[in-house]
Parts: sequence; C-alpha cells; structure tokens
Amino acid sequence: MRDYEPILLRNVGVPEARTLKGYEARGGYRGIRKALGSSPEQIVEEVKKANLRGRGGAGFPAGLKWSFLPKDRTITYLCVNADESEPPTFSNRLLMENDPHQVLEGAMIAAYATRAQVAYIYMRVEFHEQFHVLQRAVDEAYAAGYLGRRLFGHDFDLQVYIHRGAGAYVCGEETGLIESIEGKRGWPRIKPPFPALEGLFRRPTVVNNVETLANLPHLIERGAAWFTSIGPPHSTGPKLFCISGPVRRPGCYEGPMTITVRDLIERPEFGGGMLPGKRVKMVLPGGVSVGVLTANELDMKMDFADPAKYGLLGLGTAAAVVVDTDTDIRLVLRNLARFYALESCGQCTQCREGTSWMYKIAARIAAGAGRRADLDILEQTARNMGMMPGLSICGLPDGATYPIETLVRKFRSELEELIGQQEPARRDAVLQTVN
Amino acid sequence: MAWPTIDRNQPAGDSGAAPLLSEAVREKIRSFFARYETKRAALLPALHIVQDALGHVPPQAMVEVAEVLDIAPAAVLDTASFYTHFWTHPKGAQVIVVCRGLTCEVLGGNAVLEELKRLLGIDEHGTSADGRYSLVTEDCLAGCDHGPCLLIGEKLHRRVRPEDVARILADPDNGRLAYERSTLFDAPSSAPGEPGAGNGTGGVHEKGSG
Ligand SMILES: Cc1cc2nc3c(=O)[nH]c(=O)nc-3n(C[C@H](O)[C@H](O)[C@H](O)COP(=O)(O)O)c2cc1C
Ligand code: SF4
Repeated sequence: MRDYEPILLRNVGVPEARTLKGYEARGGYRGIRKALGSSPEQIVEEVKKANLRGRGGAGFPAGLKWSFLPKDRTITYLCVNADESEPPTFSNRLLMENDPHQVLEGAMIAAYATRAQVAYIYMRVEFHEQFHVLQRAVDEAYAAGYLGRRLFGHDFDLQVYIHRGAGAYVCGEETGLIESIEGKRGWPRIKPPFPALEGLFRRPTVVNNVETLANLPHLIERGAAWFTSIGPPHSTGPKLFCISGPVRRPGCYEGPMTITVRDLIERPEFGGGMLPGKRVKMVLPGGVSVGVLTANELDMKMDFADPAKYGLLGLGTAAAVVVDTDTDIRLVLRNLARFYALESCGQCTQCREGTSWMYKIAARIAAGAGRRADLDILEQTARNMGMMPGLSICGLPDGATYPIETLVRKFRSELEELIGQQEPARRDAVLQTVN
Repeated sequence: MAWPTIDRNQPAGDSGAAPLLSEAVREKIRSFFARYETKRAALLPALHIVQDALGHVPPQAMVEVAEVLDIAPAAVLDTASFYTHFWTHPKGAQVIVVCRGLTCEVLGGNAVLEELKRLLGIDEHGTSADGRYSLVTEDCLAGCDHGPCLLIGEKLHRRVRPEDVARILADPDNGRLAYERSTLFDAPSSAPGEPGAGNGTGGVHEKGSG
C-alpha cells in the first residue's frame, strides 16, 4: 500500500504529537468539536453508517452496540479496553505511546455519543511507559479544560480515569474488565444481561477497544462515506496490523482490510519478507486465539470475512506471528496450551480442566513423551470445551480451542512423525516424572 | 492467573503488631474514592500503592487495606490472590519479568531466560541471594515487535540476546524509564496531603532519570 496514507498512525515518530499542543497543531481535537455540533443520536447513526466494527477481537459493530443502551438511562459508563494481552498484539500499545490524545479524543466522542460522563481506561499493568504517557495526556487535557465540566462550551461533562490492571489476560474480556474495575477478581459475568443494560456498578456500560476509539475522530471529521470508501463493505475503515516473528521488519502497520497475510509478511512497506535463511512454517494471523494457517494458506485476506474460510475463529486482533521452519512445532503447541491453562480464570469446569489437560498433554509431547492417541485427545478436548455456544461464561475457551485444534489438524502428519521418532528411553523417563 | 504462585505458608496477620500502612499511604488510597461509585473499586489502586510502599502485600497489609476500604479482609485476599502482579511474598529489589509469549519463544526467548537463571543462580519465582533480583515469566508483554523482551521495574528491554544479559543486570538504571513519570499509583514519598487522584487532575510528575 505504497499509496496508502496512514491515518491512525500518522503521529507515530512525531514526539511533539504526545503533547496536547502538538496534537492539536497536527489537526487533533477537530473531531470532538465537530461531534459536539450534532446530537449524540446523530453520532451513533454516523458510526452505524460507517460500519465501524470493534477492533478488540470480536468485530462487533460499535454503533450497534451503543444503540443497545436503554433510552431512559441516567448514568452511563464508558470503559476503554487497553488491556491488550492477546499474544502477539501491540497495536494499542503503539497508539497509546505515540498518540495518547488521539485515544482520548476517541474516548470523548464515544462518551458524548453514549452520554457517558465517566470513562475508565483499563490498562494492563505491564504498560508502564504507556501509562505515564497517557496519564500525562489526561492531566494535560484536564488542565486545558478538555476534560472535566462543560467541555468546549457544550453541555458535556467527562471524567477520565486510568485504572491499572494487575496481570490477568481474562480482564481483557469485557465483563472480567468490569469486575476488575469494581475491585474484584476478574471473573467474567454470565451474559445476559449484557453490559449495555447492566455493566459497571450495574449501570449501562459500553466497552470499546483503544483502536476502535482511535478511529472515531477521523470518522466524524471526514464522515461515514469516507470511512466506507476504505476496504470492502464488511470491513471498512483503516486498520492496524501487527507482524512479528523472524521477519525483516516486525512492527505495526496500517492499511485497508484488503491485504493478505502474504502481503503483511512480504511487502516492503510491511514485514519486508522473512529474515535471511528463514522460511514460513505457520502463521497465527489474528492473535494466537484465532488459530493457525499453513504456509499454503497465506492468501487469506486480513478482513472480517475471510478467516472463517480457513477454519479460523475470525480476524481477531489482526496481529500475525510467523513461525519458521526451524521451530519445533511441539514447542508452539506447548506455548499455546500453557497460555490458556494459566490464564483460564477457573470458573467454568470445562475451561479450567480442559485447558489444564491440554497443557499437560502438550507439555508431554514437547518433552518427547507423546502418544499418537494424545493428538486425538487434544482434538476431542478442544471440540468439547469451547465450540458449543453458551456453555462457557466467556470466550476464552474458544480462543484456546481454535489454535490447538487447527494446529493438530493442519500439522497432524508432522506431529505424528515427531512422536514416532521419540526415543523410548527418553519417553519413559519423562513419563516417570510427569505422572 | 495467580494460582501457580500462591503462597500457602505465609503466617496470618498479627493484629497486635504496629500498623504497616502509614497515614500518608491510607490517605493516598482514600484519594481514589472519588473516582468510583464504591470504595471497593479502589482496591486495585490500593494494592498497587501498598505494593509500591512495602515491596509486596503481606496479609497484615490486606487487613489494613480492608479497614480503609470498609470491606472484609477476605475480599482483599480474594482479589489480591487472583492477580499475578500482586505478591504476598517479599521480592527482590527489582523484579525481572521475562516474556514467554509465542513470538519471544520463536525468536529465542528461552535462551535469555536460561542465561538469567544461570547468572542469578535462581529458578523462576526465585530471588537472588543478594536480594537484588527476583525472576518471573509472564505471557506476552506486547513487545513482540522487539522480541525477545523482558521487563525490569518499569523498563522494557528489547531484542535481548543471551550475551546482553550480563550487561543489562549490571546497569543500575535498568529498571527506570527515560520518560517523565506520573506518581499517581506510587506510594506517597512525603507528608500526607500530597496531590492525589480523586480530584480528577491526576498526580504530579517527576522527572525520571536514565
Ligand atoms: C479472554 C478474552 C480476552 C480479551 N482481551 C481483550 C483485550 O485485551 N483487549 C480488547 O480490546 N478486547 C479484548 N477482548 C474482547 C472484549 O471482550 C470486547 O469484545 C472488546 O473489548 C470490545 O471492544 P470493541 O467492540 O471495540 O472491539 C477479550 C475477550 C476475551 C474473551
Ligand atoms: S470460560 Fe474460562 S476464562 Fe471464561 S469465565 Fe469460564 S473459566 Fe473463566
């Protein structure tokens, strides 16, 4: 996309854009001013027309989510999801550390549209620099009268508070996040009721991802027609893509949702190709939770529709990690299984037990003590713990089963071969220690 | 999730002992009340402040936090024990968090972890004999564009190779950010009444060195 002009990332690498003055000099805070000239309902309509779909992983249309808020509400909360714990995703980090006021302006527009008077930015605690940058931007905005009471001379009050998490992936799930703000363990809630009706402190609440909100200033300033002119109709607007692993230019890049996984790896303006001597073995293109692609599936489009054709959960966070042919896929399997086993919050039996068993089995395979039947057990466990809707309180087990199920299915013969090559003596020694 | 590290051997709080939390720390915690509808919602900020003040959150501190927030001590333990980042044990002066996310593993992160273990003479969850460092691993630190990475204090170290580890450990500023920091979640360093959080204008800033 050499002719693509970055919108969300236009301030990256411009240090003065971190300050309110610098941000404003570069065109910032025009979107909120324009928004305040319309009614909240008109903003919701415009965002609906633009078909801005959530960037946090689920792809739910933002305008539609906002319209679920009850009409007669008095208190509404906005929660900005800055938990960003899905490996290997770092687009929210980039937005917050380079362009904090863009995130705040997006939150202001969302708060105005939803009539929220308080916004909490839920930020994972490992984001230290990002916290300091964003808190400074918040302080600056208060000092300039851009947060607080009667903003920009309108009947619009907004308080913004950063709430720091404490190390739990599940707090990125929207109701886990809400519980965590309430000072509780981050146990997701049974839905319904959805947060729009009963969320933070049991009030109507909207949770949106940082990148979703960062789109709003531009969407409002330039209009829904401009927004839908970028990308296909089901995947409109500018999008951030992360690429990591053994590529020449790991990083976060912006483009329309017309690019393919191959583009993301190979094009000079994105990943720039593999490092010398490295070859693609598999790609997890949307954060690890959407599942894996083989080297033959790189024509998948990075949009909201195409991933399903490859047996994946969705676009996820649009963050791709490339695994090269020098990496033992048993270690990939173990890494994935460990993540979900340690991050399952433990409320739902099949998620708690299923992720733990998958990890035990994957660790055994990685240690050289796998059995062929283990692959069947992994597939069966995966099928039974997540893929039936409504059985789990949150989406974590879906995210656990897709990568494990697709990896075992798409790389089965290789796994079988590796298991076949195990040294019996080593296998027996490992089995002695684990069982 | 915190369960692999839960400490079941810690003695219960001794109610006869002198308070652990100074009035300044209590006041700082109270300054978060105005942000939320309930006092309990100030629990995560409170635990961050206490951990900053004491280096960890011992049971007696939980009892005292419960007092300040007007909730049961069990509620504080329930929350504190859930999160990986709150430590009921004393830790070293600096905690090193090595990323074990998939990208870092593919890029050789395990070798960095092994080198750390070797140089510090400890295993995961251990603290070096001189008390300087504790070592833990965590899932994806969202630094995948610079993997393998690790976090010391507030600073993310990027593209770390095993041969870099000794130099990083020797650097006295290895945990400090080169950015102006907000003291919002820090323990108060001076007298009570320091600018706090509740008034909506956030904390004060101080220049970090390094
Ligand atoms: C286990 C789990 C973890 C999640 N982590 C995050 C996260 O770190 N950041 C995020 O924005 N959404 C995360 N989500 C999705 C949120 O539940 C929610 O859909 C999203 O924040 C809504 O914002 P959006 O509509 O703007 O995308 C997670 C979901 C699950 C099930
Ligand atoms: S599905 Fe798993 S992570 Fe989600 S609430 Fe249930 S146990 Fe917790």
